[in-house]
Amino acid sequence: MVTIKGLPKEEYLLKGHAACAGCGPSISLRLLFKALGNKVILVVPACCTTVIQGPYPYTSVNVPLQNILFESTAAAASGIVAALHQRKLEDITVVGWAGDGGTVDIGIQALSGAAERETNFIYICYDNEAYGNTGMQRSGATPYGAWTTTTPSGKRERKKDMALIMAAHKIPYVATACPSYPLDFINKLRKAKEIKGTKYIHILAPCPTGWRYDANKTVEIGRLAVLTGLWALFEIEYGCFKLNSPSDRLLDKSKRKPVKEYLTLQGRFRNLKEEDIERIQKWVDEDWERYRKMLVNSTSDSTPYGKI
Amino acid sequence: MAQMLIDTANHIAGYAAKAAKVKVVAAYPITPQTTVVEKIAEFVENGEMDAEYIRVESEHSAMVACIAASATGVRTFTATSAHGLALMHEALHWASGSRLPVVMAVVNRAMGAPWSIWPDFSDSLSQRDTGWIQFYCADNQEVFDTIIQAYKLCEDERVFLPAMVCLEGFILSHTYMPVKIPDQSEIDAFLPPYKSGWTLDVNNPLSHANLVSPEWYMEFRYMIQEAMENAKTLIPKIDEEYARRFGFRHGGLVEKYMCEDADLILFTMGTMGSEAKIAVDNLRKEGHKIGAARIRVYRPFPIEEVINLSRQVQMFVTIDRHISFGMEGFLATEIKASISNQKDHPMVAGFIAGLGGRDVTYKTIEKIAKKALKYMRSGKVEKETEWVDLRE
Repeated sequence: MVTIKGLPKEEYLLKGHAACAGCGPSISLRLLFKALGNKVILVVPACCTTVIQGPYPYTSVNVPLQNILFESTAAAASGIVAALHQRKLEDITVVGWAGDGGTVDIGIQALSGAAERETNFIYICYDNEAYGNTGMQRSGATPYGAWTTTTPSGKRERKKDMALIMAAHKIPYVATACPSYPLDFINKLRKAKEIKGTKYIHILAPCPTGWRYDANKTVEIGRLAVLTGLWALFEIEYGCFKLNSPSDRLLDKSKRKPVKEYLTLQGRFRNLKEEDIERIQKWVDEDWERYRKMLVNSTSDSTPYGKI
Repeated sequence: MAQMLIDTANHIAGYAAKAAKVKVVAAYPITPQTTVVEKIAEFVENGEMDAEYIRVESEHSAMVACIAASATGVRTFTATSAHGLALMHEALHWASGSRLPVVMAVVNRAMGAPWSIWPDFSDSLSQRDTGWIQFYCADNQEVFDTIIQAYKLCEDERVFLPAMVCLEGFILSHTYMPVKIPDQSEIDAFLPPYKSGWTLDVNNPLSHANLVSPEWYMEFRYMIQEAMENAKTLIPKIDEEYARRFGFRHGGLVEKYMCEDADLILFTMGTMGSEAKIAVDNLRKEGHKIGAARIRVYRPFPIEEVINLSRQVQMFVTIDRHISFGMEGFLATEIKASISNQKDHPMVAGFIAGLGGRDVTYKTIEKIAKKALKYMRSGKVEKETEWVDLRE
């Protein structure tokens, strides 16, 4: 059982990195290395981590890091995995580390291709629900109603459900996470590391700069996302769907906090009308009905893909 | 044992990738390139080739996978054509900027719209400024030899740049010709295993290709330019060493034919170079002192050789299987630029021919040459750029 105290003391995201104060993605990146150690090759497309790592000739990341084109994280990972296989260096974990724009929008093709090819790597989308590095423009992962610089009156469409899109690829492992629940994230990473094939983890990574809240509230915002049910922590292992703590206690609507508590803390939702909040609440409740059905369908012993 | 094959240039490109002991191939199908990657798939699946074959979902991913595999310390290969190459464009810059010796066969095909599957150089010449070395081949033997030579060149620490080996679709790609494949041990002696300049290494954790401020960026660009200059010096030497070992010589940077005493030199690229030789023979029989120069390496451009050819010649003719809209063919521009600082340099007449696969035979070239001879005698180029065999 992982405990915070039991985590390795080594840091592979070094001091002096260039993230904003309270940056959810950089907390997640630090945890990633705590979970996986340093026998990791990290692939980073154009995203906030391009900046966080620092400019040449410096770096704040103490594992080999390949910067690559915006849409190409999974393609680059495919090349690295193939070369490592040829060089018989298969104890190295290849990790794609991309933002939401680089994953659900411009990078979805390469990611879908790599997953379909059963590429042996972990892909992590750190989702701050907009193009953060370029100054908060709308992405396919921006939620309904959110202000961005390209949706100044709020986004009119819903967020793309990338984790379930990846599950549809029938890869062995899909999970969601949030840096406000570090042990859950670390457990998932360690599990992913032991599974062969494509592993996809989607992190909701709160962003004080873009979401318009005080930098000291990142952990709280993340917790509220989970406790309101807007962001469910789950994993889909060989097709078997499972809710993780604390989401596993939120099936009953009365246990979930109203979404309003999450939304009103953030400046990006300032323009939401009462009916917008009601609509979002309704969608969240519908999502949980879907999770309930997925749980029922998953309780039978699912056959792991590739093992008949 | 050396092996004599009669096969298409595309299959021969596959044989070359096998002979070069490529370790990662990432490719996506496009006409007329497909039979290159089909041949390699066959080699990998029947165990003749010990390589990973990544069947990517786009050419963009093909190039990126090659870049990343090369960065992980192995020899890589891919092949594409036209729109596939255009889709790779962004990644081509990334390969050269990362100083990775990826080698790619480009089976030349015209760009749409409208759709065309037939050859011209508009695809690869559009990639002129990406920092890739560009070879253009005239026959199937040269395709094999140039792919092997390209690895030797690109993996030299004085170069560390990627290269495309261009061959015209159908004219070469699907045409059977005899090709000699040297003995594998002799190829291995010529081309030792890949020794990378840098790799993604868990024991040496560095960030590669991260943000570079204006304080440093220009120096990185300058180093690429230096590497190109080094390539210019090395290519003739590598071609010479190859000839010594295997008997085939392709002219280094420029394949020259009967240029020594020529009044007029025809500049071509690719297979038009073979046709130009026949045209030269025929015109010489008629008493015209004509020579032909096939630009084999377009990047780095052989400026010095062009200058040398310009001495005592009255007329240069360029035949471009390409047009830079609003200007002229690239070859015309480059030839003019090369000699512009020479006193009393020859006149240059530019011709556009063979776009979208229209045939350019020795007869076409003779016609071009005769027109240029007229310009030469009158001392006046009547038309800066002339389109050959254009429908009225």
